[in-house]
Formats: sequence, structure tokens, C-alpha cells
Amino acid sequence: MSKEITIAEMPAGLEGPGFFATSLEKAIGLARANSIWPLPFATSCCGIEFMATMGSNYDLARFGSERISFSPRQADLLIVAGTIAKKMGPVLRQVYLQMAEPRWVISVGACASSGGIFDTYSVLQGIDKVIPVDVYVPGCPPRPEQILDGFMQIQELVKNESLRRRNSNEYKVMLGSYGIQ
Amino acid sequence: MNEFDDKSIEQIEEPEYTTLNLGPTHPATHGIFQNILKMDGEIVVDAEQTVGYIHRAFEKIAERRPYYQITTLTDRLNYCSSPINNMGWHMTVEKLIGVDIPKRAQYMRVIIMELARIADHLVCNAVVGVDTGALTGFTYVFQWREKIYDIFEQVCGARLTTNIGRIGGMERDFNDEAIKKIKEFLRDFPKIFDEFSTLLERNRIFVDRVINTGPITAERALSYGFTGPNLRAAGVDYDVRVINPYSSYDDFDFTIPVGVNGDTYDRFMVRQQEIRESLKIIKQAMDNLPSGNWYADVPEFYLPPKEDVYHNMEALIWHFKIVMGESDVPKGEVYHAVEGGNGELGFYLLSDGGRAPYKLHFRRPCFIYYQAYPEMIKGGMLSDAILTMSSMNVIAGELDA
Amino acid sequence: MAEITNTYVSEELYKKFGDAILSTDEPYGMLTVVVEVSSITSVVDWLKKHPVINAHFLTDICGTHFPQIPGKELCAIYHMQSMPNNYRIRLKCFVPITKPEVPSLTGLFPSANWMERETYDYYGIQFIGHPNLQRILNVDEMDYFPLRKEFPLEDGSRTDKDDKYFGR
Ligand code: SF4
Repeated sequence: MSKEITIAEMPAGLEGPGFFATSLEKAIGLARANSIWPLPFATSCCGIEFMATMGSNYDLARFGSERISFSPRQADLLIVAGTIAKKMGPVLRQVYLQMAEPRWVISVGACASSGGIFDTYSVLQGIDKVIPVDVYVPGCPPRPEQILDGFMQIQELVKNESLRRRNSNEYKVMLGSYGIQ
Repeated sequence: MNEFDDKSIEQIEEPEYTTLNLGPTHPATHGIFQNILKMDGEIVVDAEQTVGYIHRAFEKIAERRPYYQITTLTDRLNYCSSPINNMGWHMTVEKLIGVDIPKRAQYMRVIIMELARIADHLVCNAVVGVDTGALTGFTYVFQWREKIYDIFEQVCGARLTTNIGRIGGMERDFNDEAIKKIKEFLRDFPKIFDEFSTLLERNRIFVDRVINTGPITAERALSYGFTGPNLRAAGVDYDVRVINPYSSYDDFDFTIPVGVNGDTYDRFMVRQQEIRESLKIIKQAMDNLPSGNWYADVPEFYLPPKEDVYHNMEALIWHFKIVMGESDVPKGEVYHAVEGGNGELGFYLLSDGGRAPYKLHFRRPCFIYYQAYPEMIKGGMLSDAILTMSSMNVIAGELDA
Repeated sequence: MAEITNTYVSEELYKKFGDAILSTDEPYGMLTVVVEVSSITSVVDWLKKHPVINAHFLTDICGTHFPQIPGKELCAIYHMQSMPNNYRIRLKCFVPITKPEVPSLTGLFPSANWMERETYDYYGIQFIGHPNLQRILNVDEMDYFPLRKEFPLEDGSRTDKDDKYFGR
């Protein structure tokens, strides 16, 4: 089988014979975007579709994420897949707090994004009530392709994020609105 | 230095226990459960489970939704084998309103349910493999689980939360593509599955690891309310498909595998064997698939075809009535059980004639047998506790309702 | 083994327990027996140990709420079965909401433990003699029993829902 090997696109920069210069920000963004370590926070049905995404047919590893990190300390991306009940809310928040900056969050499925079909007394109506979310993937459950698309959106965000964003005032205000220092 | 004074020696002689908190997000718990383990070194002395981390109030929702809309809830109970839950619910309502389903629909249901059972058991057994360190099996058979999902997709349009079938039959007939895919699956899967079996079933490393881990006797299993493969692994040949045949299961020739010790190996082997039996059932059902309609004549419950809804006043009215839950249902109470992926999945439906059930209770096999977990892991190693849990196939969605 | 019929079981029950059996019925072929609350454990025990009926397996426990029947608002429903005889039976006992007390079956069946906790969690039925009657599915801080009919299904915290659009 001859397979074309694709290499990540070069960021914009100055090029000449024997050298290439770009800003540090872009180089770091490129490196980060293609080596995201996800922490799957899979609770229910969407978690099964996430399993399929990691499985051999869809293969999340193609995007530089073969290393699934089950420890929040070493994870960059929190993938919340599945219903989060009110009992689970504090746990989710704690996992988020344990992650080191920079950290991203992707909310997979209707339940995680808005409570989904479970508008009930026991289900948290969207994880954005307790933690900030970067990308929402709709669907009940989303197909693995959709999850991959959401993941690629995260890559796009990561690539273009300024190095100073996490120190900026807006970011602190945003975290503050969730009660996170 | 009084490091070895009397007091500290006394302390050493007393067993020192560590408390270990496993979950609720630990990956090895395969779901959202918390286990607080009391450990003596590597040995589990005691355990206490906390559940309810994804409690979604199914029973309360069911009291507010028309019968037709409850199918979507049943999808999300045991999401590894949604079609079985869907059909179980449909059969419960059919029992309440008293309709007979044409043979073709029954056979189609059997085919779908057995495919779902294969998918369910594959996940469970592959994960048992992963927990003993054999990731290969997992990546290998998951490709074949995808094939089952492809078939579901052909039949109903969805992969996981299938919402398959209708009250009164199937939504549509199998199309040619679906039949082709099922036949391909029947042709190719046994070979793949044999490879998976040879990888694990008699593999010395695996066998040494799983024999005698997490055993339970038949008597204890019964008193703990075990059903399904876990009960059969303990040596009780109880299977709802045989004892109360539904959906023409009595037409098929298959055997019920049973184990002896009720340990992880037996649970694994019972599931392996059940996959083979399911293949046998699907094959028989495909070979003898009767012709005829795939739905019963119940216009109050079975949605009219979409083309008619768009072009025909009558059909539109029926469609509207069914979707809004305006069909008349009799008063009464029924209990219907099907053999789900994990055991007897029962629906207790109490109807007061209203648009929604007055009370709908799901008998969720996981919820009941997970109680026995501390007893099963006591005295074993921590790693065996993990293995026991994955071989019991506890599904959080089903457990927490 | 002779097949066990509903008539046989109900006759035996009446013979043994007399007044404690309040009524019997057979909806959809399953014998449903309404039992006096105080004798539920003895009836279950008797069914379990009966040499012929042999209902050794507790299939399910659930509850329900009938606000319209004063004095009998809450109901505990038991399903039992005998695997060798392929026979199922349903028992019910009604209790007033002011004193929702039902004896626990945990002494007879370990499996009753969680099922009773769940029923308590949903309906607030107190199972007397239960070793650890706590909420199981909901958060401990919850101060009502959500499946009672008067409580709403929806979560009150949604701000994006305007009832106008739902015709409510
Ligand atoms: S969004 Fe749908 S599939 Fe996903 S967890 Fe919720 S109910 Fe399950």
C-alpha cells in the first residue's frame, strides 16, 4: 500500500536558502496542536462513540493523540462525552481544576452541551454551567466523524492561540465568572 | 531513639489498612462508579460502592412522555445493546394493547437483537482482554463491531442510539444493502472471531489470570438477583429467551452455555459461546425469513408511511395523533422481560389509560447484580477487582437509570 | 412437575394468611396479590420456602404513588419468580404517605438492599429493618422524593426556556 504522508503545514514566516524564521508563538502553536493529550471523561452513551473514535476504524491517533492521558495532570484536552448528572458536576469541576494550563475542553454530545433530552431534576443542564468549554459537538450521540471534526477545531484553536492569552485579563475574568482563580 | 518501643510494635501487629478511592472517573472502572476499597497491601479487605453519578431520571421522564417517545429513553439504558431495549419496550406495549406481530417482523427483530447481543458481548470481552493486557483483541474486534453498526445504520439510520422498530413491528423492511451486509457479516465474522478466541481462550497468561478471580456460587448469585451471562457462568441455565420465549425465539435451535465456578473465566467463556450461539440464531432467522408484512395492523400505534403523511389527510392525522400520544391505551399492568445483554431486562408498565404510562419501572440487571461486587472481590488482589468489574459488564447508563 | 396455576397459589395464600391477603387479581395473566403491610415479609418468606411454589428469586422491587387514593398513597410492588416452575407473581402493599413504613426484605434476599434503597430514594418509602437506608441515585442533599407525582420533572435552573413557546 502506498500511502501519502501528510506533514503539518508550515506556518507563515520568512524563508530563504537554508533558513526559515517564524514567530515563536506559531512554532509552539504548531507543536501543541499536533500533540494534544486528551483526557476522556466518558460517562455514558457518547463515551461508547468516543471509544469507537479511538478504535481502529476512526483512529484518533492520526491527529497526534495516541497518548490518551488518564491523569488530569498531564492532559491538555478534556473530552467530556456523556451525561453529567448533578452528582457528577463537582467531580468534573475538580478534574478541570487539576489540569495544568494551557487546557482546552470539548463537550461531546447533546447531554454534555445542554442536558440533551434529559431536562430533569438530576442532570446538569450543560457542562458550561461549571467549566468553560471551547468546542461543542452536537449530536446524540455524534458520529465519530463529528467528534474528529470537533477535535480538529480544537487543533485550529490551539494553533492560533496567542501565548499570552492565558495571562490576559479577559481570560482571568472569564475563569472568574466560573469561580476559578 | 525509641523507634521500637512497645507502642509501635503493637501498631505493627495490628493490621494496617489503607483506604483506596477508585473512581468515579478512574478509567479502569469502565463507567462512572466510585468504589472505596479497604486494602491490606494488595489485598482487598472490604469495598463500598457509590453509584448514581449519571442518574438521569428515566422513570420520571417516562411518566411524562407518550408511549411512542419512550423508545428513545430505552436506547440510553444499556447503550451497548440498544436494540434489545427498544424491542423489549415495544413488546411490552404490544402486550398491553394486545397485538400480534407478523412472523416476518418477529424474525427481523430476532436478527437485530442477536446482532446487538454480539456487539454487547464483544465490547465486554474485548475489555476483559484489555484489562489483562491484551489490547490487540480490542482493536481487532472493534472493527467488527463497526460492521454491526453499519448494519444498524442500514436498517434504521443510527449507529448507537438506534431507536429501532416501532410499536407494532419494524419501521421498514430490510433493504438489499442491509441483507447483503448481514450475509457478509455471517460469512466473515466467524473467522475473525475464531482468531480472537485463539488469542485469549487458551492463552496461558490470560487463563492463569482469570481463573478463580471474582468467583460467585450459584446460590449466592441467585440470592443477589443475578441474571444473564453472569448467572449462567455460575451454572444456572436461566435464559428468558428459552423460559418465556418472546418474538418467536422458540423457532430457533440454540443452546444455553453455562459455566461452573462463576469466575471471570467462566463469564468470559459464556459470553464467547453466546456470541457463537447468536450467530447460529441469526443464520437460522436469515435462512427462514418469512415473507409478508413487517408491521401489524395497528393504525393507532404504527406510524403511517411518510409518503402518505405528505399526501394524504387521513395519514397526516394519524401521524399527528401518534406522535402527540393521543392513541387510546387500555388500563392495566404488565411485566415483560427480555434477555438483554446483561440479563433479564424487565419492564413493569402500569397504565391508567392516559397518554403516558402511570408508572414505568425498568428492571435493570446491572443495578441488581452490581450489589454483589464487594463480596466477589473480597480477598482478591486489586487488579483482580478491576478484572471482575469488567467481566461483569456493568454499564453505568443502565445501572443509574 | 405439575404446572402451577394462579388459582392454586391464591387458594394456598388465602388458606395460609386469610385476612392478610386483601385482594387478588390477574392482569395479563400474572397473579397480583395485595398484601397487608405487616405480613409482607412472612408472605414473601412463605412463597420462597414453599415446597411446590418455590418462588426463590426476587425479580424486582419498585414503588409508585397514587395521590388520589387517600390513606393508600404509596405502594411497594414486588415481583417474584420461580425459575424451575417458570412462575411469576406480583405482590403489592399500600401504605399511607403520612406513615410510609414497609418491612424490609433484606433479611430474605440480599438483592433487596439496593432495590429498596432506590424505592426509598424515589418515593420515600421507609423500609423498616434495612441496614443502610440512604439515597442511592440522587445526591444526599436532596430534600424531597422526586418521583412523587407532585414534583416537577424539569430542572428549575434552565433560563433559556420560555414557556410561551411551549404553549404552557
Ligand atoms: S447526548 Fe445522547 S448519546 Fe450522548 S450521552 Fe446524551 S443521551 Fe447519550
